[in-house]
Amino acid sequence: MILQGRKVAKGNAVGKALVSTDGISFYGGVEPETGKVVEKGHPLEGQSVTGKILVFPAGKGSTVGSYTLYQMKKLGTAPAAIINREIETIVAVGAIISEIPCVDKIDIEKIKTGDRVRIDADSGSVEIIK
Amino acid sequence: MELTKEEKDMLAGKYGKAVKQSMEILVSLGEIFGAKRLIDVSSVQIAGVSYHNLGDAGLEYLADLAKDGKVRVLTTLNPAGMDLENWKALGISEDFAEKQVKVIDAFKKMGVITTCTCTPYFIGNVPHFGEHVAWSESSAVAYANSVMGLKTNREGGPSALASALTGKTPEFGLHLDENRQAQVIVNVKAEMKTVPDFGALGYAIGKRIGNKIPLIKGVKKASVEQLKSFCASVATYGGTALFHMEGITPDKTTVPKESIEITQKDVDGAKKDLNDTDEVDLVAIGCPHLSLKEVEEVAKMLEGKKVRKEMWICIARPIKKIADMMGYTKMIEDAGAKFACDTCMAVAPLKGRFRCLATDSAKACFYGRGKNSFKTRFATIPELIREATR
Repeated sequence: MILQGRKVAKGNAVGKALVSTDGISFYGGVEPETGKVVEKGHPLEGQSVTGKILVFPAGKGSTVGSYTLYQMKKLGTAPAAIINREIETIVAVGAIISEIPCVDKIDIEKIKTGDRVRIDADSGSVEIIK
Repeated sequence: MELTKEEKDMLAGKYGKAVKQSMEILVSLGEIFGAKRLIDVSSVQIAGVSYHNLGDAGLEYLADLAKDGKVRVLTTLNPAGMDLENWKALGISEDFAEKQVKVIDAFKKMGVITTCTCTPYFIGNVPHFGEHVAWSESSAVAYANSVMGLKTNREGGPSALASALTGKTPEFGLHLDENRQAQVIVNVKAEMKTVPDFGALGYAIGKRIGNKIPLIKGVKKASVEQLKSFCASVATYGGTALFHMEGITPDKTTVPKESIEITQKDVDGAKKDLNDTDEVDLVAIGCPHLSLKEVEEVAKMLEGKKVRKEMWICIARPIKKIADMMGYTKMIEDAGAKFACDTCMAVAPLKGRFRCLATDSAKACFYGRGKNSFKTRFATIPELIREATR
């Protein structure tokens, strides 16, 4: 199945999807050293986003989150790509400066955790390979 | 997006690498958010200054831009992770201090005025009504849009820096008048007297309306200090970047149909939520940084007294210099309270050092609880001074 969205930050990636029904705050909500979600009560609490195709509705929280994503990229703990329903500036800027492929305007309910997903950010398309 | 010849050249790298990289961020954002063009900004406030938040990767990012980047407009900085002069007395490690100084040096190299405050509007970054700016720091953004009548989106550190290095921002969101109109009327039916009253009001409104733009009615009077506190609180608990307050804020707005009411019970409930019963071991004021009037009041209240608890006065260094000049600093330090310039209780690495923070700031309660796992007490400055000198 191919889902068509919009390019936020360029690049391609293939990997396993990790889907969150809640927004993600990278600053304070994700530990950059380990890539683990640490926000209390978050649906992904305790799980690592590293190397995943990270799927969530939208970013939230402090604008410092852009730098957290950049830090994660440098530490090797960043997600392989990001798919949002609706992008906001924190994740957009974070993905652009960290060169993490990112697409939004995707019907994220179609993607399940564990799905193999190919993202081609330049054309804004997401393919669920299974 | 339509770019001018100069903007195209910037994007093509004719003005250097830092400008090119900045233009890439701004043009990408403009395209994502449907901007038709870039517009000039007259002032920038940059967040993402504390080494604690940036880490080595962030420091590297800044040092890289500083190789050939120079700011094109008046640019000031958010608080750092420590007092840049007096960090030892405030218990900061050598290692942290060394990295923090490198962050500040990178900004200085780019021509940023390294004042390190969340209240740029107190220290000379004061554009006039209607000007387009690119500010980060959520409390300052709310203050700029609402109290000063400036036009800015809620920028993050990298996008604000990109605007500083190019003098541009994409025209979308709160730069456009049609997006600055109130979406919900908030009728305030509660007594508003003290700074914590306004902090509690921001908490109650923020939790109810999220990031909608409110038209707030029923507040008869508000001081600069009360508005500063309200901005910090409503932005922290709701995400609002702009509000209209009838009779107080300068911008005009259409009147929305939807309305809600905030009662005395809501405001009292907010105060109750922010008050734990634990024994206080840190009293800290100045979130956002203290005004000149507040530092004068604090000095006069502390004169001749002794604090028996750790007490921090968080303030912009230029305001502290005026306090030096007026003798307030001596009055405060003689009482045993400490100044924390360039930083505050929300950004300094304090986890594990204290258990219960007492403050007059609803925003500081949020970060104290979330980042530092503190318990919190929420009270007026006179009450806090009584607590500290008890």
